[in-house]
Formats: sequence, C-alpha cells, structure tokens
Amino acid sequence: MSNFINQGNKATRIGFGEGVAEAGSIFQNLVVLGADITGSVGLNIFAERFPERFFSFGIAEQNIAAVAAGMALTNKIPVFSTYAVFAAFRAADQIRISICYNNVKVIIGGAHAGISVGPDGATHQALEDIAVIRSLPNITLISPADANQAKAATIAAIKEADGPVYIRFGREPVPNFTSINQDFKIGKGEILTDGTDVAIVATGHMVWEALMASKELEKKGIDAAVVNIHTIKPIDKELLISIAKKTGLVVTVEEHQIHGGLGSAVAEVLCQEYPIPMKIIGMPDCFGESGKPEELLQKYGLNAEAIAKSVFQFVKEQK
Amino acid sequence: MEYNLHHLVRISKNIREDVIKSLALAGSGHLGGSLGLADVFTVLYFHILNHKADNPNWNDRDRVILSIGHVAPVLYATLANANYFSRDELKTLRKLGSRLQGHPGRDHGLPGLELSAGSLGQGLSVAVGMALSAKIDKSSWRVFSIHGDGELQEGSIWEAAMSASHYKLDNLTAIVDRNFCQIDGTTNKVMEIEPLKEKWEAFGWQVYECNGNSIEQLINTIESSNKFKGKPKVIIAKTRMGCGVQSIENDYHWHGKAPNNEEAVRFLAELEAYYKELGYE
Repeated sequence: MSNFINQGNKATRIGFGEGVAEAGSIFQNLVVLGADITGSVGLNIFAERFPERFFSFGIAEQNIAAVAAGMALTNKIPVFSTYAVFAAFRAADQIRISICYNNVKVIIGGAHAGISVGPDGATHQALEDIAVIRSLPNITLISPADANQAKAATIAAIKEADGPVYIRFGREPVPNFTSINQDFKIGKGEILTDGTDVAIVATGHMVWEALMASKELEKKGIDAAVVNIHTIKPIDKELLISIAKKTGLVVTVEEHQIHGGLGSAVAEVLCQEYPIPMKIIGMPDCFGESGKPEELLQKYGLNAEAIAKSVFQFVKEQK
Repeated sequence: MEYNLHHLVRISKNIREDVIKSLALAGSGHLGGSLGLADVFTVLYFHILNHKADNPNWNDRDRVILSIGHVAPVLYATLANANYFSRDELKTLRKLGSRLQGHPGRDHGLPGLELSAGSLGQGLSVAVGMALSAKIDKSSWRVFSIHGDGELQEGSIWEAAMSASHYKLDNLTAIVDRNFCQIDGTTNKVMEIEPLKEKWEAFGWQVYECNGNSIEQLINTIESSNKFKGKPKVIIAKTRMGCGVQSIENDYHWHGKAPNNEEAVRFLAELEAYYKELGYE
C-alpha cells in the first residue's frame, strides 16, 4: 500500500475559505453572502480581502439561499455558507426551487458536517444533509477528504460548474494529506491504495480514518483498497464498478446517517450494475451528542480502529 | 409618461379573455388571481417596463419576478400579447410537453420567464438578489416582484423585506395583490396580515396603496414610486379576485379553479359586460 503523510492537521472549512478567497481574485463577479457565522465557515478570509463583494445577510438562511439564486440569475457567482444543518434543512425549499429548479450556479458551503463537530451536540451535527442534497436534481455534491482537497474542490467548483454545488466540510482540524497542488476532478473518485480483499469507500475525513484502518488490516493479512469518493453526486460509477469487480466486497464509511448518504449512493450503483455484498458504516439512525470529536468517533465506530474491526469482521463473514 | 388608456384597457381585456380560454382548455389552474392581476400585468408590460420581446435576455431589461407562480396564466397571456410567443401557444397551458408549465419553469424554454417559481415566499428574496446585483454593477434596470397577500404569511418574505431595506434597494418595487382572499377563505379569517402598511413601513419600505384594477391609478402610483429614492418600495394594490367576471368576483372558491366550457362562455360574456360598463366596447 502507498503511504500518505499527514502534513499537519487543518480544518476543511479553512480549505474552503482559502479556496473561495483565491477564486475571488480570479472572478470579479464572485460575491459572498454572510450568514452571521462568517468566521466559523472560513469566509472571513474573503470578507477581509474583498469587503466590497461581501454582503452580510444575518441569520436568515431561507433568504440567503434565494438571494443567491437572484444574484446568480444576474451574472454573479454567489457563495454562501452556514452550518450544514441550516443550509440543507432550513433553506431546503429555497435550494430545491430557487437554486436547483432554476439550475443556477450557486456555491453552498455546508459547514460543521458530521459527528466530529463534537461538544456542540446533536443540533449542530449535520448527519442527514447528504441525503437531502443528493436527492435534488441538477446539484453537485462534493465532500472533500481534507483541507487541501477542500480548497482545490472549491476552486474547481467555482471555475467549472455550470449549476449549483454543495460542498460539505467539517469543523475540527483533521489530517491534511492530499497534495496542495492536486488536479481536482469533479465527479471522479480516487483509488488511494489498491487492494484485492475488500474496498473501503469513504468520504470526507473518513478517508483518512479508512487509510489508517487499511494499515491495521494489512497487519491482519487483509489487503484492503481505499477509495476516496469526494464527489457524491454525480458519483463515479465506473470506478465503483471496477473496484467492486476487483475486490468483491465493499464497505462504505461516512460521518452521516446510514440512510441516504454515501453508502446508499454506492449501493444504488452496485445493486443495479454489479451486486456484491456491502456494508454501510455510519450513524445508526440516531442523533449525535456532545463529546470530544475523538470520543464521538470512537463511540460511533468511526475511527480507524473501529473501522478496521468492522471491515475485518465483514471480510471474515463473507469469505 | 404619456399613454393611451383606451389601448391599455383593450389589452387588459385581451389578457383576461386569454386567461379564461387557456384555463378552460387546461381544465385546471388558478383563475381568480390571474384575472385580478390582469391590470397590473398590462400596466407593467405595456407601459412601465423597459423590455424587448424580440430579445428577451437583453441585459438591461427590467426584471419581473412572479413570486406567486400559480397565477402563471396571467403572465403567459401577457407575454403572448406582448409578442414573446404566439397567442396560439396559450392553448397548451398545463399540457404534457408544453412550455407553459402549471407554475413557471424556465427549463422548458419559454421566452420572457425570469424565474421558475411556485413555492411561496421565495420571490422577494430572488428579487433582492437581482436588485443587489444591479446596484453592484451600477446598472439602471429595475426589479418588480409580484406577491399575493396570503403569501405575506410566509416568514421568509419578512427576512427578504429586512434585507432589501438594509441594502437600500430603491431599484426594487414589490407589488402586493391585495385581494383579501386565499384558499381557505378571507385573509383576515385564515391569518390576519393587517396592519399591512405599518408592517412594511416598520421594515423600512416606502409604501403606496392604490386600486389595482384601475389602470390609471396603477400607472400614477408606479410612476411616482419609481421617482422615490433611498428605500425599497411596495405597492399594495387592492384588487378583486376574479375581476372582470362579476359572478365570481371576490369569491375565494375561484382561487384555484378553472372554468369548464359552459362557464368559460358565460364568463367571457360577463367580461364583455364589464368592459362595456367601463365604457369600452
């Protein structure tokens, strides 16, 4: 297996913020709409650099989403971000109709996604946003693996997308291991380590945990592939089918409910194209709670150790 | 600006006729509000707006945001009468494959549509976004958004209202179709929205009131509101749901109903009588 090195922990939200700021110097029509938590979603970098293109809209997510649609319809590239629980739920109808049905290029940052949000507890841990967002026509859903990827994905979305994009990211600093100069391809999965016994298909910070889990599994004689699905919609069907053919077993891992998230998206592809045994690791249909991020990942089976254990058991059962 | 009242009244009559006919052919849809707004649409598209039917995406056009997508029939009839497309196409309203969707859908390619809409409470925010874009670009085009009075019960309207005055969007004019009717009954029974003028004023808007079924009053009001600077503007246009067809006027049962063929014939005859009474044959 290949080696991935943590270049130092960094929050994906900072990667998002840096990406928006960098794109801001390329696109003069890029505007950012603030939802009162500008700093905590990383958009303070843009706001400080381009104050004339930053517009505060207060705590009013429904308004922000539809305002963004209006700006996109009049030659602007609007970016807004708030906690994913508010973006994907409070503003869901505006995202559905004003943004997605109109098919306008609005970049939505879904911040504080996953159980690793930690002490804020259940209300602020987005664990259902993938299910909501990926069910909408026209939208692209990106869930980058680390801060470098979040930055590259954000710039790629602003440069290349021709419709709405939802970028999902977390709160806590997490290992930053992908290349700073990566060529981010929307819609393309990445095989990070090849393997023959089982494929661990992960998204977001779970990709790093999956990589660490694969090292544990190697010690136990299991050759696990690790796949990063950074674009959950449109999903890389070709890659999923080819890895399924190679390994015959797939385990998905995400900081999201087991219903409607990455696991469901992968299952939709495989059950129709190349049915094989699958296991979905995620939140087991329950709300989160307060705790340290690492404690919560441990409790809900989402750290490397727990993932390795689940995968090991699954492989033993199936082979 | 000068205008020929007789000509505008004639157009409003054509629009009302087209609304009744297209809804009868569709077999479903929203008659009451569509008829009630015919004068507002006539005044906007045939007197107030800078727009070009032969170049619907002209960058400097004024934008009309129909927040209440359910009155699409009056928008379609107006666009057809303004030569955006053939009046013949009105026959396809709500039919499979039609560009005239039950609620406006830009994905079907009908020229002149600014927004796909139909979920209430979103259009004012979209209008705010557009007006803000125009301010950023120092463009002189304006935004007119059209709302129902029942729609004002949506909380998101007031989020948008707050933001429009925060950014002093005096290039935005909201027109409220104040007909006192919604699906369940009269607005005061379903959910009171009064005092309406004071609400908008409290949100930092310049408020105008007029008879929304009087072409002259609408023109005077919109023209004087256009001159006002420094605040977004709202025109509370008092209309009669079903205006022009006396037997259904102000009857909220006709909010979401289409006439059958017999009713359509009767309504068209009532419409003739209405215009005759106004002094126009």
